[in-house]
Amino acid sequence: MNEHIVKSYEDELRLLDRRIAQMGGCAEKLLGQALMSLERRDPKLAEAAVASDSTIDQLERELQDQVIVMIAKRQPIANDLRHIMTVLKIAGDLERIGDLAKNIAKRALAIAGESHPKPLITGMRHMTEMVQAQLKNVLDSLAERNVEKALQVWNSDQQVDAMYNSLFRELLTYMMEDPRNIGLCTHFLFGAKNIERIGDHTTNIAENVHYLVTGQAITDDRPKGDSTSSTLITVPQS
Amino acid sequence: MDLSAVERIESARVAHITSNAKPAKVLARDVNVHYGDKHALKDVNVEIPDRGVMAFIGPSGCGKSTFLRCINRMNDTISTCHVTGKITIDNQDIYDPSLDVVQLRARVGMVFQKPNPFPKSIYDNVAYGPSIHGLTANKAEMDEIVQTSLEKAALWNEVKDRLKDSGTSLSGGQQQRLCIARAIAVNPDIILMDEPCSALDPIATAKVETLIDELRTNYCIIIVTHSMQQAARVSQRTAFFHLGTLVEEDSTQTIFSNPKDQRTQDYITGRFG
Repeated sequence: MNEHIVKSYEDELRLLDRRIAQMGGCAEKLLGQALMSLERRDPKLAEAAVASDSTIDQLERELQDQVIVMIAKRQPIANDLRHIMTVLKIAGDLERIGDLAKNIAKRALAIAGESHPKPLITGMRHMTEMVQAQLKNVLDSLAERNVEKALQVWNSDQQVDAMYNSLFRELLTYMMEDPRNIGLCTHFLFGAKNIERIGDHTTNIAENVHYLVTGQAITDDRPKGDSTSSTLITVPQS
Repeated sequence: MDLSAVERIESARVAHITSNAKPAKVLARDVNVHYGDKHALKDVNVEIPDRGVMAFIGPSGCGKSTFLRCINRMNDTISTCHVTGKITIDNQDIYDPSLDVVQLRARVGMVFQKPNPFPKSIYDNVAYGPSIHGLTANKAEMDEIVQTSLEKAALWNEVKDRLKDSGTSLSGGQQQRLCIARAIAVNPDIILMDEPCSALDPIATAKVETLIDELRTNYCIIIVTHSMQQAARVSQRTAFFHLGTLVEEDSTQTIFSNPKDQRTQDYITGRFG
């Protein structure tokens, strides 16, 4: 694409891209730390993860300030306006991803002393890896302005939903087996839900990348697989 | 029913479906303009709907003002200028040799970049057109035309007590609205505006823009502007000209949010060069 006649406008748009890339990098790192702290039952790592969320918040505020000034100063239109507005919206999604990851780390702190059943951790790890890949791919699609890649992320989220469904059932089983598992399993259940929500935010970002590049919103319904909200839970009578 | 009647009905049906329900007020087909050897406009085709604002945008020298001046045959006044192709207003060919150009210019009013009131009173500025066209029978009718024209131009309240003052004594923004009142006074269908706000301050600009927005319910307005934001604010359709060609014409929303042509995109976002 041709550059703006006003070079400082071009510089500002590049700075905006750098900021969003930096936010994305922080969110990716935080998600990794949060899961590892859960897996290793490592309070120090969990505390570090909780602390690093404030970096993402700070970056979001800076980006928001920059966007406000740019709109006032440049009165952007067409692709520039889409660029600026979608980056602002994506920053909101990344900030939420940071919050959700931080919440996982907090739960890791709460259950640090308890022993974890191995299959649960394996399931959580598998789900997190899927979401991490989605986050990485969607951030790449943003940096490359690659609609195909964004659409792949958008379509792949139902696998995360399916994984969440199976974890949900597994956790219910553990809780029913022994009420002493309920505390741990509840934290795991919220943790899994947070990861699933992070997956949803990656699809939001994918939709924004699509809009940024094409100027068209995706109007189709996204394939979804989370059926837990309509699952009836019955306790076996003893 | 003979075959030609069937064809006529069918083509009318197709035209109705594709015309967006609004018939074109001004229609240009393969319009070319030469100034001597210079080919200033190349094969311009456009349909301008009635009761709305069409903005022409483009870099200096792209042909937008030249095209605007074709619509009321102002280019006839330039001896080296040569116009070919067809322009119709309400299906009437305006380059038909039997057409009265004076009548055409009464139907197609024009407002220029720099306010140019006559060195006469405010009243006479507005009354001049109706009197030369013989639109009134007596003073009372003329008074009414002057008042309604000034009211439509949102100037009446500011000048009603000083109608005998010279038009040139008004501020720039008031002078421009006086020129709009003068154009309206002869009861035109179309108002051409060639950068009507470029010599005005922001407040006067806002007043003229508000006026354009009000006038569009009764007139077909065509505005040439260098201000992208102004085009986005006041018009419903926008045409982008570049190097004598009409590159893209679409709804203003589409042009300013997601234009199809790369040149349009580069121009409106400030990347042309």
